[in-house]
Order: sequence, then C-alpha cells, then structure tokens
Amino acid sequence: MGRAFVFGDDVDTDAIIRAEHVTSADPDALAAHAMGGADPTFAGRFEPGDVVVAGTNFGCGSSREHAALALKGAGASAVVAESFARIFFRNAINVGLPALRVESTAGISEGDALRVDVGEGSVTDETTGEVLRAASYPAFLRELVDAGGLIEYGRRLLAEGGEGPDGPASRRAGTGGP
Amino acid sequence: MPTIAEQILSAKVGRPVEPGEIVRAPVDFAFGHDITLPPAIEEFERLGVETVFDPERIAVIPDHLVPAHNEYAAELYGACEAFAAEHGTVFYPQGSQGQEHVVVPEDGLVKPGDLMVGADSHSCTEGALGAFATGVGSTDLAFAMAFGWLWLRVPETTRVEFVGEPDPWVCGKDLVLAALAELGVDGAVSHAIEFGGPVVRDLPMDDRFTLANMAIEAGAATGIVEPDGITRAFADAHAGGEYAIYVPDDDAEYATVATIDCDGMEPRVAVPNLPANAVSVSEVQTEGVEIDQAVIGSCTNGRESDLRAAAEVLDGSEVAEGVRLIVTPGSRRLERLCVEEGWTATFLDAGATMENPGCGACFGQRTGVLDAGEIAVSTTNRNFTGRMGHPESEVYLASPAVAAASAVAGEIAHPEEVA
Repeated sequence: MGRAFVFGDDVDTDAIIRAEHVTSADPDALAAHAMGGADPTFAGRFEPGDVVVAGTNFGCGSSREHAALALKGAGASAVVAESFARIFFRNAINVGLPALRVESTAGISEGDALRVDVGEGSVTDETTGEVLRAASYPAFLRELVDAGGLIEYGRRLLAEGGEGPDGPASRRAGTGGP
Repeated sequence: MPTIAEQILSAKVGRPVEPGEIVRAPVDFAFGHDITLPPAIEEFERLGVETVFDPERIAVIPDHLVPAHNEYAAELYGACEAFAAEHGTVFYPQGSQGQEHVVVPEDGLVKPGDLMVGADSHSCTEGALGAFATGVGSTDLAFAMAFGWLWLRVPETTRVEFVGEPDPWVCGKDLVLAALAELGVDGAVSHAIEFGGPVVRDLPMDDRFTLANMAIEAGAATGIVEPDGITRAFADAHAGGEYAIYVPDDDAEYATVATIDCDGMEPRVAVPNLPANAVSVSEVQTEGVEIDQAVIGSCTNGRESDLRAAAEVLDGSEVAEGVRLIVTPGSRRLERLCVEEGWTATFLDAGATMENPGCGACFGQRTGVLDAGEIAVSTTNRNFTGRMGHPESEVYLASPAVAAASAVAGEIAHPEEVA
C-alpha cells in the first residue's frame, strides 16, 4: 500500500530530475532530487511504496534514464499514468520500474491509498474503492520484466547462447506497449 | 502497404513487419554522449561481455558538458575517453568535439536506409537522411553496443505534409514548430513521423535535420524526411558508398495525416513552456517580449545555413544593450567555416559570445544559464519550465534569423525589421 502523489499531463524529464543532477546515475543519489523540477518538497515526503500518478505523456523530453532511476531509487512501487513518453517507458521497463498505463487517473486524488499489483496489472484506490485495470504488456515486455530488466535479460541470452538478432521469433504486441 | 519506417525495419529484420509488433532489430550505428554513456558503460559491464559488437559502428561523442565545468563533468568525460580507448570506438575527443547530431551526418557515420540508435532523445535528427534513427536510454545503448541489435516496437506512422508557399523568412524550424502546434506534444507518441510534401521537396538538408530533430517533441520515435536527390547528394558527399533509399508506397497506410498549409506562413515562435505552443512572430510582437539572452546553435539549429542566416541578419548591427547573444557552431568544421566566411567577425562585432562546438546553452547546465525572471529566445528545441536555468526563467523557441533579429532589437522581432 502506498500514497498517491498526483501530477498532470506532459510531465517532462526536467520536472522528474533536473539536468543539474544527472552527473550521477546512482538511484539513491538521484532519489533525493526526484520530481524536484515539479515539486521541490516531493523527495522529502515520498516514501518507499508510494505511487506516482499522472495524466498523459508522462516522462516526455530527454532520454535521460536518470528520470526512471530517480523514481526507482525513491522506492516508487509504480508510476501509474494515462500514457507514457516512449523513451521513458523503455527506460522504466529496462531498469525495472513498473510503469502501468490505465484508462484514466482522474478519480485518484493526492494522498489516496493505492494498492498496486504489477503482476495482475491492477491499481486499487482504497480511499475511493475504484479499481483500475492496467493495459497488458506484450509478451516480450513481460519477459523483460520477469527477467528483472534488460541487462538481466541479456545475461540470460548470453547464458543460453541466443544473443544474436535471429534468436527467438518476434512476438506480437499486447495493448500496453511503449 | 509500407511507410518508410516499415520498409526500413522490414529490410533490417529480413521479413515484412507490421506496426505494433516487437522485433529484434539489427543496428547499423549506435552512440552515446558524456551524460548518457557513463551509465551505459556500467550496464555494459554488468552484461559481462568483453567487447562491443563492432567498434566502427559505435561512437563516443562528448558534447553536453565539454569542456568540463565541474569535477563531475570531468569524471564523465574521463569515463567516455577510457571506454573509447578500451574498445577502439569512433571518438570525438575535446579539440575535435561537435554536437553529436551535427557531426554524425556531417562525418557520414549514418546513411539513408540505416537503423541508428543514440542515447539522446534528439537521435531522431538523423532520420532526415531517410534513415530510421531513434533515441534510447543508457541501458538500451549498453545492450545495443554489446549485441548489435535492440528490441523495437514497429511504430505506426504519422504523415506530415507541408503544402503552399511560405514567407521567404520561413525555414525548417518554422515548419516543424507549425507541425508541432498541429500535432501537440503528445500527438505522435511512439509513432514514426514521415515528413513530405511540396515544401519539403525544395528543402535543403540543414532544414531537413531541423524538421526531423523536433519529431521527439511530439513524442515520436523517429522523424523521417522523405529522401530524394537532395538526400542522395548529401549522402554521396558525406558518407559515400552504398545506401538504400526508401520512399513510401502510394498506398502506404498512415495512422494520421496532418497537412500544414504554409501559404503566407510567417516565422513561428513557440512561447513558454511547450514546444507545441507556436504562434506567428507578429503575434508575439504585439505582446512585446523583451529578452535577456539569445541563443543560436544546438542539434536543432547549429548548422551551416543556421549560422549563415544569423550572420546575415547581424551583419553591421549590434546586439541591444543588456542582451547576451551566444553563438555555438555545431562542429569544428562549422567553427572554421565561420572564420573563413567572416561570420565569426560579424558575430564578434555584433557583441556575441562565441562558444566551442557542442550542445551549448540548450539545457541550462554548462553555459548561458538563466536567472529567475530572465527571458531567452533560443534556436534550441525545448522550452520546458526551467530548461535553461531557473524555474522562473522563460524560453521562446525560434529560428536563427528570428533569434538574431531579436538580439538586435532587444525584444522578439521579425528578421525583416532588422536585416
């Protein structure tokens, strides 16, 4: 269970982690400045297990993986948004930060108690009783998430000898892709 | 019924692919810069591979914090230097440095039909060559450097068609700002944008790079400019050798088609705080926006035609009192060209500060940082809150001609009023 920290649409990477802090890629160091461009008090109030909630196009702008790492370092149990910017979404999947896309986050208010089940793809707002279903990941992305991120996935390919581009056949998309 | 993006990815994967599927795509070229590469090196080491897949297809291009402005930047540069030396990759050491999306095409490292990944969001820029060029994060770069391929979702394509006869002061920057105003900042998320139409057919390569550069500001994976004779001439001059030209099939299926009517279009200015907030320069002029700083350069507008346009506007004029003008050529070649063409003298006579090639003031870190309440007009690509410094500073995005004219006028101005 965690508390909802609610943001709007088009939260850009400068809002998530200001450029002055990207000289380190250590998640714990970045966490101290998480969401600092949008709300300088965020890092002091956000606790492990809490949830970042947003509208559309969360994480637009820079490719800096530091944005996903800052939220991972802060212990976010997930980012729940109506849509994600492409590179932020890739980065989140690759570093193991759950990014769940739901139809609407309009019913979630600041401070609501949220229960996020990443495996099941559900977000339950215990304050209002609303249950949101997250779009499913395509099979390939589930494999990445299950492996623990892209590097762990790559290590497994190396161990299995399937690291070439002609490895296992391509997979069809689900509904919650990047 | 393939679009250009679908044709390139099909060729790379070796079978017809469709939007929505996830493929293992072989990568022709990959690179990172001094902020994104050091974390990629750590992830690369975690993979436990000894070597990169092909050192000639990987470049290390420190451009964001070069020369280093503090010890952290120095450490990042050192990590880049050591990785390039260890693996024998293409490297742009300080002294040969340039903005990555300027030097990669200029030095012929990417060709039409290629699949390129860069650990920088503006890696869509090289799509101007009729390539599939896309931005990724550090972990993606690590994986691509190790294995020579990357997982990619085949994007739907948004076609942007430019028609009509714009004002002579209109350049690639104005066209793309107009397109962004139409699409919105989330108008093409994860799509490929395909730029074409009669206006683009006459557009020089420098302007095409500007068009493709800002595809990311609508959320796109890549911005591909329909290749033609102008593309071929550039590729022959800069890369040479074999390359593949893909044009869309007549019955290519697009997720969206946006037609931008350029008839009578004036230069555009994107007002704070989103790149999609473009209005005409005269609309901004009615508000009277006084500026503290003007910035000319970056991966968006740091090329030859940009520097020439700025020099032509500034020739014989001086920057208004209290305005700081920063000019950042995109590469060492362009820096020399500025000297040879006399543009450096024009800039210096006008009172500009000339910077070393690189990203310059774009992202509010190494140089040109804005204080609270300050306003800049900039040829860069993002005007997000705090992008160029203090959260209470503001950035207006415009073309090099508008930025130069505004520097002289002391407020945002149409170039014909100054030149």
